[in-house]
Amino acid sequence: MNPLTCPLPVFDTETILMGHGGGGRLSADLFRNIFLPAFGNSILGRADDQALVEIGGARLAFTTDSFVVKPLFFRGGDIGSLAVHGTVNDLAVGGATPLFLSAAFILEEGFPLESLRRIVSSMREAAQRASVQIVTGDTKVVEKGSCDGMFINTAGIGIVDTNLHLSADQARPGDVVLLSGPIGDHGIAILAEREGLSFETDIVSDTAPLHSLVADLLAAGATIRCMRDPTRGGVASSCNEIAQTSGVGIQLEEKAIPLRDEVRGACELLGLDPLYIANEGKLLAICAPEDAERLLDAMQRHPLGRCASRIGKVTSENSGLLTMRTALGATRIVDMLANDPLPRIC
Amino acid sequence: MKYLDEYRDGRLAARLLREIERKVAHPWVLMEICGGQTHTIMRYGLDELLPSSIELVHGPGCPVCVTPASILDRAIELAQRDDVTLVSYGDLLRVPGTKIDLFSAKARGADVRMVYSPLDALRIARLNSNRKVVFLAVGFETTAPANAMAVYQAHREGLDNFFLLASHVLVPPAIRALAASPDNRVQGFIAPGHVCTVVGCSDYEDLVQEFHVPIVVGGFEPVDLLQAILGLVTQLEEGRAEFANEYTRSVSYRGNLEAQRILREVFEVADQSWRGLGEIPQSGLRLRGKFAAWDADKVFDLQVPQAEAPSACISAEILKGLQKPTDCSAFGSVCTPESPLGAPMVSSEGACSAYYQYRRHSLVTIQ
Repeated sequence: MNPLTCPLPVFDTETILMGHGGGGRLSADLFRNIFLPAFGNSILGRADDQALVEIGGARLAFTTDSFVVKPLFFRGGDIGSLAVHGTVNDLAVGGATPLFLSAAFILEEGFPLESLRRIVSSMREAAQRASVQIVTGDTKVVEKGSCDGMFINTAGIGIVDTNLHLSADQARPGDVVLLSGPIGDHGIAILAEREGLSFETDIVSDTAPLHSLVADLLAAGATIRCMRDPTRGGVASSCNEIAQTSGVGIQLEEKAIPLRDEVRGACELLGLDPLYIANEGKLLAICAPEDAERLLDAMQRHPLGRCASRIGKVTSENSGLLTMRTALGATRIVDMLANDPLPRIC
Repeated sequence: MKYLDEYRDGRLAARLLREIERKVAHPWVLMEICGGQTHTIMRYGLDELLPSSIELVHGPGCPVCVTPASILDRAIELAQRDDVTLVSYGDLLRVPGTKIDLFSAKARGADVRMVYSPLDALRIARLNSNRKVVFLAVGFETTAPANAMAVYQAHREGLDNFFLLASHVLVPPAIRALAASPDNRVQGFIAPGHVCTVVGCSDYEDLVQEFHVPIVVGGFEPVDLLQAILGLVTQLEEGRAEFANEYTRSVSYRGNLEAQRILREVFEVADQSWRGLGEIPQSGLRLRGKFAAWDADKVFDLQVPQAEAPSACISAEILKGLQKPTDCSAFGSVCTPESPLGAPMVSSEGACSAYYQYRRHSLVTIQ
């Protein structure tokens, strides 16, 4: 029997699907099959959230991110604050002190100036809070119907201590996985405001700049291997990436993962797994086992890390896979996200 | 969280597991009917924790898995028409028809929208009177009442731009087909708790009488399932075959009478084709003639595609509980959730998908 003759077709890969922007497996395919071969260089090949470049002896972190969140305003934030935090966080998790940002706006014809003012003002506040300056930018306007209100792109640079080497390929068996707080708040807050999903909740997006939390952690003198802010694709996708890049297994403890009852309830109702839901102000850190307590303590002393906990460990078994010990004591895989349950989350 | 934590409690689960271990003296093959139950079993690793003499096989209760590709082809054909908005559940959008899925149709410009309730589809129809809004509805007795209600309301409001494209299946005829099959291995069934919540228990009592096989209604949390398994094992070891309900917090004997009333008013029982299992007599629902104006199959001039070619993947054996996903040579290598060769790999509730998602680390056959 030849299973290849089954009449079901393979996934249509010749067209861009929403899943290609979901931060899961399809996004990774796009990077690996289209972008990396075209632009290939050793810096891009590291596939971290930020590029690390050396210029005249200084180590700079450089990153960019586009924001297409729908709706533009949501509980706890808006596209403007998100665009600043997103880039600041991509720099911070590389161990960089964020310094300068660019902001490029793609505006739809007919977009109200009042909304633009609100968003820009929110960006200014977010930049102040993150101690970065927005030093360059661009504006383009497209015909009505060519974009959904507005999209923003931000890029940023920051400076990295020359002795620091954080990367997704650094995790080693025995390392400990720490998480700064409850997961899924951003994704569920956005979901609650979407057309067609009739449920109400008080959940607020966790969008926040992580630079000062990261600074506190770096100052704690612990051996940190790698940090991530688990945005699109959630904690599951970040951990999967680290496991694959480092060639190790990562095992999470279901009972140890912080999760608000409201988020859990919404996920139960909608059939979603909170491990895949986006966060915009959470930090995932992998550190040497002997430093775990010290790092956890430093996290918990920061306002953004009060509910931090030790959620898992790095293993030599199940290389390249993320697994989870369930509340009942069995072990299951937590797979890479195959298709985005909810597009345009950030 | 109330009504969840107590049914996922590790100590309670351990106690039930010990009790099952004490009771079991012979090998037994049990089938959970519903894909949601399969999902829980794999997600919590219940099959790993149970005594090895208990074999769980996975039933046909994943609605997406048993939906014939032809209805997806009809949905995709409709979605590609300029004046049609095709609305459905997220799960269904990525189920392949014979050529593409609805997500791909959307990427090519079709107006395809995802909702969580058919009533949201009604709302889209009310707000877009210039569009023909077609709700693609599949599923068991659980989803059928809400779909019936959507058609009933459209009828009452005179909403003439809402249509239902439906492929509804019924559980008891499928159990009958499995139990009557000469190669049946299943010695006890865990009946689907949500279906019984709607339609009640009497059909399942009839099946117990007819086939002298124990049937226990089970819920969807690990403790619910362990209670159902304990109930079945106890009966089997004592040589009994009875009906029992272990999901009493949701299932009453008569079920949800209001839901049954709207089901009867809007739908009638009809022969139905199941992907993987073929045609089963009187195992589906179709809109009654009174509601023909809302029946997409009657209103639109849809080319009826040819009957499906027999699938070479082993999904039929899997849906009948004769083989496990891991018995398939394609599993995890050429057949994955991104490029599924068979329906049980497509839906998140499908048995192959559940094995792939949760269990492939313990399988040596993976590439």
